[in-house]
Amino acid sequence: MKSLGLVAKWFLGLGMAAICWGAFLYARPAQNFVGESSRIVFFHVPQAWVSTLAFFVAAWYSWRYLKTRRIEDDEAASAAARLGFLFCVLATVTGSIFARVMWNSYWNWDPRETSIVLLLLVYGAYLGLRGALEDPERRATLSAAYALVAVVTVPFLTFAVPRMYQSLHPDTVINVRGKVEMSSDIRLIFFSSMVAFMGLFYWMWNLDRRVSRIVRERAGSVA
Amino acid sequence: MNARPPAPLLGAALAVFRKDLLAEWRTRIAVNALFLFAFAVLVLVGYAVGPTRLAPEDRPTVNAVLLWIVIFFSAMTGLSRVFVKEEEAGTASALRLAAPPPAILLGKYLVNILLLSAVTAFIVPLFLVLMSFEIKCPSLFIALLVLGCLGLAGASTFTAALVSKASAKGALFAVLSIPLLLPPLIAAVSGTQVAAREEDFKAGADFVRVLIAYDGVVTTAAFALFDAVWRE
Repeated sequence: MKSLGLVAKWFLGLGMAAICWGAFLYARPAQNFVGESSRIVFFHVPQAWVSTLAFFVAAWYSWRYLKTRRIEDDEAASAAARLGFLFCVLATVTGSIFARVMWNSYWNWDPRETSIVLLLLVYGAYLGLRGALEDPERRATLSAAYALVAVVTVPFLTFAVPRMYQSLHPDTVINVRGKVEMSSDIRLIFFSSMVAFMGLFYWMWNLDRRVSRIVRERAGSVA
Repeated sequence: MNARPPAPLLGAALAVFRKDLLAEWRTRIAVNALFLFAFAVLVLVGYAVGPTRLAPEDRPTVNAVLLWIVIFFSAMTGLSRVFVKEEEAGTASALRLAAPPPAILLGKYLVNILLLSAVTAFIVPLFLVLMSFEIKCPSLFIALLVLGCLGLAGASTFTAALVSKASAKGALFAVLSIPLLLPPLIAAVSGTQVAAREEDFKAGADFVRVLIAYDGVVTTAAFALFDAVWRE
């Protein structure tokens, strides 16, 4: 098991390096984009995707916590939320830079920009709630309940509203026409990057969970 | 057969509702907070912006936002009382024994709907007059107000139950509620802008649909999860 983890880490590190190389040197810039700005797709979209995925992971483990009441599930949910917040900030910042290059304005409340801000707010509120609760079990239960209510309200802004307004945002990967419109070189780097970012998220998430477990066991042995 | 009739959920909910109204009537903390805050903000907005400072074409946009800001922040000042007061007075445990959790949530939800509707009914006519805000499609406007208040009360009653167990309740209540309430508020504001511009109900029907869906979803989720929160 240990050697498998080592292989996976090396694979991830080299893969990420290869993706950075490919993103800037192998893939050609896409049409209808200002200059080289389309290259941001290799980093911005996986970040946004991971931040959304992390939110669903947090919600899934919250639901599991409410079922099983195992504190490990709560730790998994909170680790996913912390990482999701980080990736959400990165996606927001990179998106804003892209907006500046593409539309000459850092922020213009495009529906997609609004929905990522909502996600940022939800993460902030969830982490704020955790900070305000001292007792571990109470913190786990209440933040799990909040995460689950949030997960049913967020789709209103991420799925319903962007479809009701005109958006300047380039078509998302899962678009209305239901197919990926990318040239083959871009597609190769893009999907590798998606996989690598998810691998990175999984690795960081696992580390966070292990640290939480050690902290909890230490606290238990002192008390 | 069984001498004691099973306590029906609705009956228990109405008992909670009556008890809360009575308790509220004796202290009037939530009512005072809601109405005074709403009135103070209305005075401020009316004085600072007023009917004449906005160009006629800007009025629907700006006034719709201001109106919902007044309603939303009034809700944030008073609606957490329903649960916070139970924890502060130490009556939460007694309530836990007296009624099943869904009945408690339903009762508190009804109290908050009543409070928020009363404030909205008080604020909206004054706002329309003070700002000379004309609504072209009153039926759409009223539908948005009713559905918006249901959604605001539904989500904030649930967050009130969460924050009543936490420290720094006042600040946390708004922080937790804003992300949950942003989708319905955006729909309500956009719909109100349409109601001020167009006479046809159909022009804003999409926003009404979003609000109906949101109210249904958030209320269902709140009832499904309340049990866990309340027992904690």
